[in-house]
Amino acid sequence: MAFEEKRAWALGVIAIIGYALYAVLVLSQVDGRPLAEVPYIGAMLWTMGLGIVAGIVSGIWFGIAARHDGLQSDERDREIGRFGDVVGQSFVAIGGVCALVLAMVEAPHFWIANVLYLCFVLSAVLGSAAKVSAYRQGMP
Amino acid sequence: MKPTKVTNSIRALRFAHGEMKQADLASAIGVTRQTLIAIEQGKYSPSLEVAFKIARVFAVPLEDVFQYPEEDL
Repeated sequence: MAFEEKRAWALGVIAIIGYALYAVLVLSQVDGRPLAEVPYIGAMLWTMGLGIVAGIVSGIWFGIAARHDGLQSDERDREIGRFGDVVGQSFVAIGGVCALVLAMVEAPHFWIANVLYLCFVLSAVLGSAAKVSAYRQGMP
Repeated sequence: MKPTKVTNSIRALRFAHGEMKQADLASAIGVTRQTLIAIEQGKYSPSLEVAFKIARVFAVPLEDVFQYPEEDL
Protein backbone atom coordinates (compact mmCIF):
# COMPACT_ATOMS: atom_id res chain seq x y z
CA MET A 1 0.00 0.00 0.00
CA ALA A 2 1.32 3.45 -0.93
CA PHE A 3 2.49 5.74 1.89
CA GLU A 4 -0.12 8.37 0.99
CA GLU A 5 -2.88 5.71 0.82
CA LYS A 6 -2.03 4.68 4.38
CA ARG A 7 -2.24 8.32 5.45
CA ALA A 8 -5.63 8.69 3.73
CA TRP A 9 -6.93 5.62 5.60
CA ALA A 10 -5.56 6.95 8.89
CA LEU A 11 -7.05 10.44 8.50
CA GLY A 12 -10.46 9.03 7.57
CA VAL A 13 -10.51 6.64 10.53
CA ILE A 14 -9.26 9.32 12.94
CA ALA A 15 -12.02 11.72 11.78
CA ILE A 16 -14.72 9.05 12.34
CA ILE A 17 -13.40 8.04 15.77
CA GLY A 18 -12.99 11.68 16.81
CA TYR A 19 -16.55 12.57 15.85
CA ALA A 20 -17.97 9.42 17.45
CA LEU A 21 -16.14 10.32 20.68
CA TYR A 22 -17.50 13.87 20.49
CA ALA A 23 -21.06 12.62 19.94
CA VAL A 24 -20.81 10.26 22.93
CA LEU A 25 -19.39 13.03 25.16
CA VAL A 26 -22.14 15.50 24.22
CA LEU A 27 -25.04 13.05 24.26
CA SER A 28 -23.97 11.69 27.66
CA GLN A 29 -24.57 15.18 29.11
CA VAL A 30 -28.12 15.65 27.80
CA ASP A 31 -29.76 14.57 31.06
CA GLY A 32 -33.27 15.59 30.01
CA ARG A 33 -32.51 19.14 28.84
CA PRO A 34 -32.79 20.42 25.23
CA LEU A 35 -29.81 19.42 23.08
CA ALA A 36 -28.98 23.05 22.25
CA GLU A 37 -28.34 23.73 25.96
CA VAL A 38 -25.83 20.92 26.41
CA PRO A 39 -22.21 22.12 26.94
CA TYR A 40 -20.29 21.16 23.81
CA ILE A 41 -17.34 23.53 23.40
CA GLY A 42 -14.87 21.60 25.59
CA ALA A 43 -15.67 18.26 23.93
CA MET A 44 -15.45 19.83 20.45
CA LEU A 45 -12.09 21.51 21.06
CA TRP A 46 -10.60 18.40 22.71
CA THR A 47 -11.70 15.99 19.97
CA MET A 48 -10.54 18.43 17.26
CA GLY A 49 -7.18 18.85 18.99
CA LEU A 50 -6.72 15.12 19.56
CA GLY A 51 -7.65 14.46 15.92
CA ILE A 52 -5.01 16.90 14.69
CA VAL A 53 -2.36 15.38 16.99
CA ALA A 54 -3.34 11.83 15.97
CA GLY A 55 -3.09 12.81 12.29
CA ILE A 56 0.42 14.22 12.80
CA VAL A 57 1.56 11.23 14.87
CA SER A 58 0.20 8.72 12.34
CA GLY A 59 1.99 10.58 9.53
CA ILE A 60 5.28 10.43 11.46
CA TRP A 61 4.67 6.75 12.27
CA PHE A 62 4.07 5.82 8.63
CA GLY A 63 7.07 7.90 7.60
CA ILE A 64 9.34 6.04 10.03
CA ALA A 65 7.90 2.65 8.97
CA ALA A 66 8.55 3.46 5.29
CA ARG A 67 11.97 5.10 5.76
CA HIS A 68 13.75 2.32 3.83
CA ASP A 69 11.23 2.20 0.99
CA GLY A 70 12.86 4.98 -1.00
CA LEU A 71 10.54 7.40 -2.82
CA GLN A 72 7.32 7.88 -0.83
CA SER A 73 5.22 10.03 -3.15
CA ASP A 74 5.17 10.96 -6.81
CA GLU A 75 2.97 12.54 -9.50
CA ARG A 76 0.18 9.99 -8.98
CA ASP A 77 0.05 10.69 -5.24
CA ARG A 78 -0.11 14.44 -5.90
CA GLU A 79 -2.90 13.95 -8.47
CA ILE A 80 -4.92 11.73 -6.14
CA GLY A 81 -4.28 14.14 -3.26
CA ARG A 82 -5.71 17.04 -5.27
CA PHE A 83 -8.74 14.94 -6.29
CA GLY A 84 -9.47 13.97 -2.67
CA ASP A 85 -9.07 17.57 -1.51
CA VAL A 86 -11.55 18.81 -4.13
CA VAL A 87 -14.10 16.18 -3.03
CA GLY A 88 -13.56 17.06 0.64
CA GLN A 89 -13.69 20.83 0.12
CA SER A 90 -17.21 20.61 -1.32
CA PHE A 91 -18.42 19.68 2.17
CA VAL A 92 -16.61 22.62 3.75
CA ALA A 93 -18.57 24.86 1.37
CA ILE A 94 -21.84 23.08 2.21
CA GLY A 95 -21.07 23.52 5.93
CA GLY A 96 -20.38 27.22 5.41
CA VAL A 97 -23.69 27.74 3.60
CA CYS A 98 -25.62 25.78 6.26
CA ALA A 99 -23.97 27.82 9.05
CA LEU A 100 -24.83 31.04 7.20
CA VAL A 101 -28.49 30.06 6.91
CA LEU A 102 -28.61 29.04 10.58
CA ALA A 103 -27.06 32.37 11.60
CA MET A 104 -29.64 34.27 9.49
CA VAL A 105 -32.53 32.52 11.23
CA GLU A 106 -30.79 33.18 14.57
CA ALA A 107 -30.46 29.50 15.44
CA PRO A 108 -28.67 28.64 18.73
CA HIS A 109 -24.85 28.71 18.55
CA PHE A 110 -24.91 24.97 19.33
CA TRP A 111 -26.40 24.15 15.95
CA ILE A 112 -24.17 26.54 14.01
CA ALA A 113 -21.02 25.11 15.61
CA ASN A 114 -22.21 21.54 15.18
CA VAL A 115 -23.17 21.82 11.54
CA LEU A 116 -19.72 23.28 10.86
CA TYR A 117 -17.98 20.51 12.82
CA LEU A 118 -20.04 17.80 11.12
CA CYS A 119 -19.16 19.19 7.68
CA PHE A 120 -15.44 19.36 8.60
CA VAL A 121 -15.65 15.67 9.59
CA LEU A 122 -17.58 14.74 6.42
CA SER A 123 -15.00 16.66 4.40
CA ALA A 124 -12.16 14.66 5.97
CA VAL A 125 -13.97 11.31 5.70
CA LEU A 126 -15.20 11.71 2.13
CA GLY A 127 -11.92 13.26 0.99
CA SER A 128 -10.07 10.26 2.43
CA ALA A 129 -12.60 7.83 0.92
CA ALA A 130 -12.17 9.47 -2.50
CA LYS A 131 -8.38 9.13 -2.22
CA VAL A 132 -8.57 5.48 -1.16
CA SER A 133 -11.01 4.76 -4.00
CA ALA A 134 -8.68 6.46 -6.50
CA TYR A 135 -5.76 4.37 -5.23
CA ARG A 136 -7.78 1.14 -5.45
CA GLN A 137 -9.87 1.68 -8.60
CA GLY A 138 -7.91 4.34 -10.45
CA MET A 139 -8.75 8.00 -11.02
CA PRO A 140 -12.34 8.58 -12.30
CA MET B 1 -12.08 -1.19 -13.48
CA LYS B 2 -9.68 0.43 -15.95
CA PRO B 3 -10.31 4.18 -16.16
CA THR B 4 -8.10 4.56 -19.24
CA LYS B 5 -8.17 3.05 -22.74
CA VAL B 6 -4.40 3.29 -22.90
CA THR B 7 -2.78 -0.13 -22.78
CA ASN B 8 0.88 -0.86 -22.25
CA SER B 9 3.56 -3.48 -22.72
CA ILE B 10 5.65 -2.63 -19.69
CA ARG B 11 5.38 -6.07 -18.13
CA ALA B 12 6.52 -7.77 -21.36
CA LEU B 13 9.32 -5.23 -21.80
CA ARG B 14 10.53 -5.80 -18.24
CA PHE B 15 10.75 -9.53 -18.81
CA ALA B 16 12.48 -8.99 -22.14
CA HIS B 17 15.06 -6.84 -20.36
CA GLY B 18 16.48 -9.44 -18.01
CA GLU B 19 13.33 -9.77 -15.89
CA MET B 20 13.79 -6.28 -14.56
CA LYS B 21 12.12 -5.85 -11.16
CA GLN B 22 9.28 -3.37 -10.73
CA ALA B 23 11.23 -1.66 -7.95
CA ASP B 24 14.24 -1.14 -10.22
CA LEU B 25 12.17 0.32 -13.06
CA ALA B 26 10.21 2.51 -10.63
CA SER B 27 13.46 3.82 -9.18
CA ALA B 28 14.88 4.48 -12.65
CA ILE B 29 11.91 6.61 -13.72
CA GLY B 30 11.35 8.34 -10.38
CA VAL B 31 7.99 6.93 -9.26
CA THR B 32 6.96 4.66 -6.40
CA ARG B 33 6.59 0.91 -6.98
CA GLN B 34 2.85 1.25 -6.30
CA THR B 35 2.55 3.79 -9.12
CA LEU B 36 4.43 1.53 -11.51
CA ILE B 37 2.06 -1.32 -10.61
CA ALA B 38 -0.94 0.98 -11.26
CA ILE B 39 0.55 1.96 -14.65
CA GLU B 40 1.16 -1.69 -15.59
CA GLN B 41 -2.41 -2.61 -14.63
CA GLY B 42 -3.84 0.26 -16.66
CA LYS B 43 -5.26 1.97 -13.56
CA TYR B 44 -3.18 5.09 -14.05
CA SER B 45 -2.01 6.97 -17.14
CA PRO B 46 1.38 8.50 -16.38
CA SER B 47 2.50 11.96 -17.43
CA LEU B 48 4.21 12.28 -20.81
CA GLU B 49 7.49 12.82 -18.98
CA VAL B 50 7.23 9.50 -17.10
CA ALA B 51 6.04 7.75 -20.28
CA PHE B 52 9.13 8.97 -22.15
CA LYS B 53 11.37 7.91 -19.26
CA ILE B 54 9.95 4.38 -19.41
CA ALA B 55 10.53 4.20 -23.16
CA ARG B 56 14.07 5.55 -22.65
CA VAL B 57 14.86 2.84 -20.06
CA PHE B 58 13.88 0.12 -22.55
CA ALA B 59 15.45 2.03 -25.49
CA VAL B 60 12.27 1.71 -27.58
CA PRO B 61 9.86 4.23 -29.17
CA LEU B 62 6.99 5.44 -26.99
CA GLU B 63 4.40 3.51 -29.02
CA ASP B 64 6.17 0.26 -28.24
CA VAL B 65 5.40 0.93 -24.58
CA PHE B 66 1.94 2.53 -24.73
CA GLN B 67 -0.87 1.83 -27.18
CA TYR B 68 -4.23 3.51 -27.82
CA PRO B 69 -7.06 1.84 -29.79
CA GLU B 70 -7.27 3.16 -33.38
CA GLU B 71 -11.09 3.42 -33.45
CA ASP B 72 -11.13 5.83 -30.48
CA LEU B 73 -9.26 8.65 -32.16
